[in-house]
Amino acid sequence: MRVMTILAASVWLLAGSAFAQDAAPTAEVDDSKAWFESSSVLTQKTGQGVYNAICASCHMPEGEGAVGAGAYPALANNEMLEFPDYAVYLIVHGSGAMPPLGGVLNDQQIADVVNYIRTHFGNDYPDEPATAEMVADTR
Amino acid sequence: MDVDENKNPTRREFLSMVGAVGGAAVMYQAMGMMGLAQASPYSGPIKLDDAPAGTKVLVLGAGIAGMVAAMELRDAGYEVEVLEYRGVAGGRCWTLRAGDTYEELGGAVQKVDFAEGNYFNPGPWRVPYNHYGILDYCRRLDVELEALIQINNMAYVHSTKAFDGKPVRYREINSDFRGHISDLLSKVTNQGALDDVLSEEDKANLLAGLRTFGALNSDNQYVSGNAASGRRGYERPPGGGVDGAPIANEVLDVSTLLSSGLWSRLATSESLNSSMPIFQPKGGMDMIARAMAANLGDLVKYEKRVTQIRQDETGVTVVYEDMANDGAEVTTAADYAVCTIPFSILSQIDHDFSGPLSSVISTMSYNTSIKVGLEFNRRFWEEDEHIYGGTTYTDLPISQISYPSNDYLSKKPGVLLGAYSWGATAYQFSSMPPEERVSRALEYGSQIHPQMTEEFKAGVAVAWHRVPWTLGCYGAWQDKDAQYADGVAMDRRIVCAGEHLSYLPAWMEGAVLSSLDAIGRLHQAATGNAGN
Repeated sequence: MRVMTILAASVWLLAGSAFAQDAAPTAEVDDSKAWFESSSVLTQKTGQGVYNAICASCHMPEGEGAVGAGAYPALANNEMLEFPDYAVYLIVHGSGAMPPLGGVLNDQQIADVVNYIRTHFGNDYPDEPATAEMVADTR
Repeated sequence: MDVDENKNPTRREFLSMVGAVGGAAVMYQAMGMMGLAQASPYSGPIKLDDAPAGTKVLVLGAGIAGMVAAMELRDAGYEVEVLEYRGVAGGRCWTLRAGDTYEELGGAVQKVDFAEGNYFNPGPWRVPYNHYGILDYCRRLDVELEALIQINNMAYVHSTKAFDGKPVRYREINSDFRGHISDLLSKVTNQGALDDVLSEEDKANLLAGLRTFGALNSDNQYVSGNAASGRRGYERPPGGGVDGAPIANEVLDVSTLLSSGLWSRLATSESLNSSMPIFQPKGGMDMIARAMAANLGDLVKYEKRVTQIRQDETGVTVVYEDMANDGAEVTTAADYAVCTIPFSILSQIDHDFSGPLSSVISTMSYNTSIKVGLEFNRRFWEEDEHIYGGTTYTDLPISQISYPSNDYLSKKPGVLLGAYSWGATAYQFSSMPPEERVSRALEYGSQIHPQMTEEFKAGVAVAWHRVPWTLGCYGAWQDKDAQYADGVAMDRRIVCAGEHLSYLPAWMEGAVLSSLDAIGRLHQAATGNAGN
C-alpha cells in the first residue's frame, strides 16, 4: 500500500495542475465499494476512505468537530497534528470519549488516515508522514 | 451486546452449539431451581434511615440512575436538586414519536414523520423479566408494560452466504438442528459409543428424551414426516374439508444445515438478558423516564449544563450554564452529590475528583451503536409473512430486524427496528448522513423483505456517537478488573453512578443497581458525618 501511495503521489506531481480537478492522488484505489465489507474491521484502503468511513462519525465530514453536552475536537486547522505521533497514539489507544480504534483499523490504514488529516482540512503537515511501522510501534 | 461474526461454522462452534441448545438449557433449569441463575441482585426497595436534617444532595443528570437516586434520597428526607442538560428527562431512556424533531451532533435534523401514535426507541427497548430493579420502579410508578416478542419461530434467520441469500424461517433451522443432533446422538448411543459413561437405564432414558427433544420417529430418526413437520411446518398445513389432510415438508439434510451456519443464531435468546418473557413499556421506553420525572416534579431543573464540579471538607459546589436563561452562569451548593453524567462528558468538565477516579473518567471510552426505525404503510410482515413480533437475524450490516410487538393486525402503518448494529458496521453507519443510513437500511432489509421498497413511509436513524448528551452508547472500560473499584468508590462527598459503573452495562438495570448502591454508601457517609 505504501508503494502505491508514493507512486500515486508521484503521478500526481507529474500530472501537474491540469488534472487537479479530476483526479485524486489515490484514484487507483476505489474505496466506494469498501463500505460494510466486513462486520469486524474496516476495509477501506485510502486515508480519505478511512476518514469518511469512521473518523467522520464524530469529527464530522469536514473535520469541523461538534459540540453538545461535551465536544468532539475539530481536526481542521489543528496544530496538534504538526507531528504524526499524537494522532497515531490517539487512534490506536483512544482517549476520553474517543474509543481505541486499533482493533478495527490496521497499521497501514491508521498511517494513511493520519497523513490524510495532516494534509487536509486546512492542515499542511506533509513532512514526517506516519508509517505503518510507527503505528506498529505504538500498539 | 453480542456482535455476531459473519463466518462459516467450525467444528468447535458446532459442538459448542450442541451444548448451548441442549446442555445449557438443562443447566439453566437446574440453576434456576437452585436460585443461582437470578441475574439481578435487587432485593426490594432500598430502605434508607432518616436523613440528617437539612442535608442537601445534588444529583447531576436526570437519566435512570439520577432519577432513581433523586426519588430515593428525597423519600429518605434529603433536600434534592437535580440538574439536567436536556429539556426532558430520561437520558438514553428515550423515545422518538410522530412529530418529534431530533438534531444530532453535526447539525443534521430529523423530523419523525411517523403516523400518529407510532414511535421508535433509539436506546433501550427491552426490559427483561429478571431485571427486578427497573421492573419494580415500573410497578411502583404504574408504568404499563406489555410483552415484547424476542424470539419468533416464524421470523427468519438469514445469511448472504447460505440458501442463495434467501431467508429461512427460524422454526425450520431450530427444528432441524435439534432433530439432527438428536438423531446423531441416538445413533452413537445405540452403537455403544457412550457405554463408558452411561448405564443401560441412562441410555434408554436418553433415547426417550431425544425422541421428544428432536421430534424423532419411533426408530429414533429425524426424517421428513408429520413428526418433524409438527415442529418445522408443513407443505400443506392441517386443514378442514376435502383437502384437510396435512402434507409434510422436507427436512434439510444435515450437511446443508451445518454448512449454512444459520444454527449460530439459535442461542441468541437463551441468555438471561434476552430470554422470554421480556417487556416493553406501552407507548415507548421513555414512559419510564416520564413517570420518574413526574414523580420528581420541579426537583428536576432542565437545560442546565454543568461546567464545573468542586468539593471540599464541607460540601460540593457545582457551576452550570443556565441554557434556559440566556446561558447565565449559576453556582449551586450541596452537602453531597451523585454524579450520573456519562464519563464521555464528565471527562471534559472542569472537576477536582481524586486521581484514581479521574483516571477512570479520562480512560473510559464510549461504544458505537446504530439503530434505524423504519415505518411502512402496511404491516407486510404480518399480512404476507405471518410474523407477529420477534426478530430476524442476518449477516447483512443491519444485523437484525425486529418487528413491532404492539398493534398487531392494525391497518395503520407500522414501525420496524430496521437496523441495530455495533462495532465496525456502526462506525460506518454513523459516518453517513441520517438519510443515507435510512436508505442503506432499506436497501439491505429489502433483501429479506422485498416489500420494503414499495411500502416504505418514513425512517429515523440514531447513531449513538452523534447523540449530543452522551457522545456514545455505553461506557467501555480500559481495564475493568483493575479500575472498577476506583470508579465506583465514593470520592469524599461525591459518588458516581450509571450503567457504566455496573456489570450490566448498557442496561437500565445496570443504572438502577449502580444508583441504589451509590446512594446507600452516600447515606452511610452522610449519617456518619451528621453532627460533625
